[in-house]
Amino acid sequence: MDATDHKESVISLRNIRKRFGPLEVLRGVDLDVYKGENLVVLGRSGSGKSVLIKIIAGMLTPDTGSVTVLGEDIGSLGRHELLALRTRIGFSFQSSALYDGMNVRANLEFPLVRNKRHLGRKEIDAAVARVLEDVELSQTIDQMPSELSGGQKKRIGIARTLILQPEIMLYDEPTAGLDPVTSANINELINKVQTQYNTSSVIITHDLTCAKATGDRVVMLSDGCFLRQGSFEEVFATDDTRVKDFYNYNFISTA
Amino acid sequence: MKAFFLRVYDIYRFALRFFQEAFVPPYEYKAIWDQFFEVGIRSLSIISLTGFITGLVFTKQSRSSLAEFGATSWLPSLMAIAIIRALAPLVTALIIAGKVGSNIGAELGSMRVTEQVDAMEVSSTNPFKFLVVSRVIATTCIVPVLATYMGLVGMLGAYLNVHNNEQTGFSLFFQAAFVRISFLDLYVLVFKSAVYGFTIGLAGCYNGYNAGQGTVGVGRAANTSVVVSMFLIFIEEMIIVTLVNNYLK
Repeated sequence: MDATDHKESVISLRNIRKRFGPLEVLRGVDLDVYKGENLVVLGRSGSGKSVLIKIIAGMLTPDTGSVTVLGEDIGSLGRHELLALRTRIGFSFQSSALYDGMNVRANLEFPLVRNKRHLGRKEIDAAVARVLEDVELSQTIDQMPSELSGGQKKRIGIARTLILQPEIMLYDEPTAGLDPVTSANINELINKVQTQYNTSSVIITHDLTCAKATGDRVVMLSDGCFLRQGSFEEVFATDDTRVKDFYNYNFISTA
Repeated sequence: MKAFFLRVYDIYRFALRFFQEAFVPPYEYKAIWDQFFEVGIRSLSIISLTGFITGLVFTKQSRSSLAEFGATSWLPSLMAIAIIRALAPLVTALIIAGKVGSNIGAELGSMRVTEQVDAMEVSSTNPFKFLVVSRVIATTCIVPVLATYMGLVGMLGAYLNVHNNEQTGFSLFFQAAFVRISFLDLYVLVFKSAVYGFTIGLAGCYNGYNAGQGTVGVGRAANTSVVVSMFLIFIEEMIIVTLVNNYLK
């Protein structure tokens, strides 16, 4: 019996297939994410990681298979039900995706003002201050996104998702393009979010340091299928060259 | 050919979605108000300048031809017909297509390629309603206002020229000018300006919202928005003028 069998599944994917033209990106993927865990999906560029996370968020529809998130079958939800479900899911984009016409305060307020219209100014200000404090960037409140560094943008992007206090966090390449120190800070923040907000997370990355630092469980995606899953050490305890090469090249390139 | 028809079908669905979303709550009042400001107030100076110069120059150019027949007294009514019926809505639409249409295409295109549109979607905000509906409503409502304003400013330019040459008084000029203008002309001005505004908004939003291929896609979205808007505005002008002249006069 698997150690995770007794846990509550918050995300469940069954036989997910997705094709773009002649290219089949996902080939019958099954996946469970359990309550409170950080699941890392590792894979090379173009292996279908981002497609997988977008399918979980309901931004892409799979060709076949079912997606259940927080007990809701995404495929059967209407537009309004999907929007309501998304208030319980945070999505941190690879590019941070901050609204560049708004300052940090307006970026953070945006999801709150639109989804919790009953809140007053004081409550909104308090929520903004709280998430900024959590990502340790209170001083940037009046700055524009163009004035922030890459790491600060990532943090503000995460803060924007945290303001709705999501139950699930989806991170798309959270450390891509960052220096090692900033990457380590982001990894710490991901772990802090997990404990402080009690979130279940899916972290898409090709950065093994990030995977090791944040993942309670790791799955390896290659050519649209999961090759291996388990702890970081278990995943790489194999002679499969596709997995070994990924490990070797990753650490050689970051050495 | 198949790609062309698929594109037309895609635009049709985009326009249909606008009507489906525009009349269903929640309404994006603040976003619409912000766009009124962006499209209207920020375009006032260029509309004022071009309107005034258009009236002034058109009067100046027409004077010599009318003077040959000793008919310079017709200048006020001729200018009113030209400006109110044709120039004000057309020139306003072309300026707004260049200024606002390209801006909408570039802004939405940039938001699309930097995942900001996706970020809105996952923030439980309907990006179509927030970004597209607000902009199309704003251009549809504001272009008629700007065209009417340009008509008045253009007539002021015409008056200035006539006054300098014939010493015609203000009230006499405008009495003579509007003798040939009916309420139908004003209704048509407002109606066709609204059609142009809708076209500008929809073309800009469609191209920006569906932009791809990184920064190249953003440039292409801005450019296509202007070219398509201007092309469609001339086609619409021709159709509306033909319909009005054949069926309403």
